[in-house]
Amino acid sequence: MSRVELTDVVVDFPIYDGRSRSLRHRLLGLSGGRIGASAGHDVVVHALSDITLSLVDGDRLGLIGRNGAGKSTLLRVMAGIYEPVAGRITVAGRLGSLTNVTMGMDMESSGYENIIVRGLMMGMSRRETLGHLPDIESFTELGDHLSLPLRTYSAGMLLRLGFAVSTSLEPEILIIDEMIAAGDRTFADKAAQRLNRLTSAAHILVVASHSPETLKRLCNKLALLREGRLVEIGPVDEILRRYEAEG
Amino acid sequence: MTEATEEGRMRRDLRLAWLDLATAAKRWRLTVHLAWLDVRQRYRRSVLGPIWLTVSVAFQIAAMGLVYGELFHQDVSHYLPRLAFGLTMWGLISSMVADGCMCFILAESFLKQEALPKSMFPARVVLRSLMVFAHNLVVLLVVIVIFLPLPGWIALLALPGLALIAINGMWVGLVVGLLCTRFRDLPPIVGSFMQVAFFLTPVIWVPETLHGKWWWLVSLNPFASFLSIVTDPLLSVPTPASNWLLALVVTLAGWTTAMLLFGRFRARITYWL
Repeated sequence: MSRVELTDVVVDFPIYDGRSRSLRHRLLGLSGGRIGASAGHDVVVHALSDITLSLVDGDRLGLIGRNGAGKSTLLRVMAGIYEPVAGRITVAGRLGSLTNVTMGMDMESSGYENIIVRGLMMGMSRRETLGHLPDIESFTELGDHLSLPLRTYSAGMLLRLGFAVSTSLEPEILIIDEMIAAGDRTFADKAAQRLNRLTSAAHILVVASHSPETLKRLCNKLALLREGRLVEIGPVDEILRRYEAEG
Repeated sequence: MTEATEEGRMRRDLRLAWLDLATAAKRWRLTVHLAWLDVRQRYRRSVLGPIWLTVSVAFQIAAMGLVYGELFHQDVSHYLPRLAFGLTMWGLISSMVADGCMCFILAESFLKQEALPKSMFPARVVLRSLMVFAHNLVVLLVVIVIFLPLPGWIALLALPGLALIAINGMWVGLVVGLLCTRFRDLPPIVGSFMQVAFFLTPVIWVPETLHGKWWWLVSLNPFASFLSIVTDPLLSVPTPASNWLLALVVTLAGWTTAMLLFGRFRARITYWL
């Protein structure tokens, strides 16, 4: 049984300007005087306010909302990257996220080295990662390039590598941020196939997307976000209509 | 639950901080691998590779040993081993402090990609520093063979000393790493501090040359204590108990500070990146 439960989750981002990033200004500010006034208050962006939702096996939740509505932040909270400022989150089940598949790759290291590091990051042992290697090799079709440093790769090649490694495990809770649809035609087809395998194997799926087609295809319920608040959760068609009506 | 008391909150913070450290320990493979990649990064694009780290230290010790030995009117066989141990140990300590400052900032792409234990990154710095330090062992061995009576079993006491330095490197990384992530003007300040500490610590000078003046510079200086607990056994000189005591006090106080600070702000690190 996999489960994701959020109770009154709040995420506030402090926005620091050069001043508040500086210890010197902070100390001068504390000592009072004229400079103190200019130190100002930290600006805080309320990225998520009082989000409460609960997901169980079989749930395929799509997140919809305009740019900056908090979709990606919510995904990152579920993935454990941001711990909420207030509220609680419980995640039961092996979680995997496909957010930025090429993030964290080292340009100076070879493809193989990056595969090992990414595997370790995803919680696999070296041996387990090596077990996935044939699959990754055949999927990426990068051949000998895998022995070369990543700085020699094109953007498409990087994407293929990142995607292949990130999708080599089948997580119970799968988190996807915006469908990755770049690369040439054949790759896009192969990627879609691989992604289908993953999404159908997952117990719980959470997808953030702007594309109604994607959401209709993958999800059985939608959550509409606006300015960091959860406006409504409901059936796909109903929420989509509401979202489009709002414009 | 929402009405948690201040004490309850602190207890929870500490538990999570401890959990973070435990998870990092459990995932040591990734930490070791990252540290090793860092070291390999230094080999790249240099023809001599690993030897380069060793050779450059050897040259530095030889050159400084001769010139400073003359300046301080020291017998080379007395001065050079102390300089060699001092410089290499200082290299270890200062790299743990300086790199500790950047441990979270440089891990941004990892921390924003995956829910990794934060303490993994100060640990990476400690491991990397130890790996780089290990390149000096050959030089130190040569120095011992040429200049010193072969040390007996007592030399093994250097190992717990080294371990204690690593343990301290970890809390330093947690503290300065966290503070430097929040206050981005801090790393240069830490750099200057270490520069001053370098001159105030008997690294390139030997305590005897002070003739008892400013005794506190040596006895109450934690850096001097940490140097002494490793180098004295190698020089076959008894380590003053007070040095061990000071080192242990610093360890305890440092870890207490680190756990409180890390507990309180651990979750904020990704927000500050």
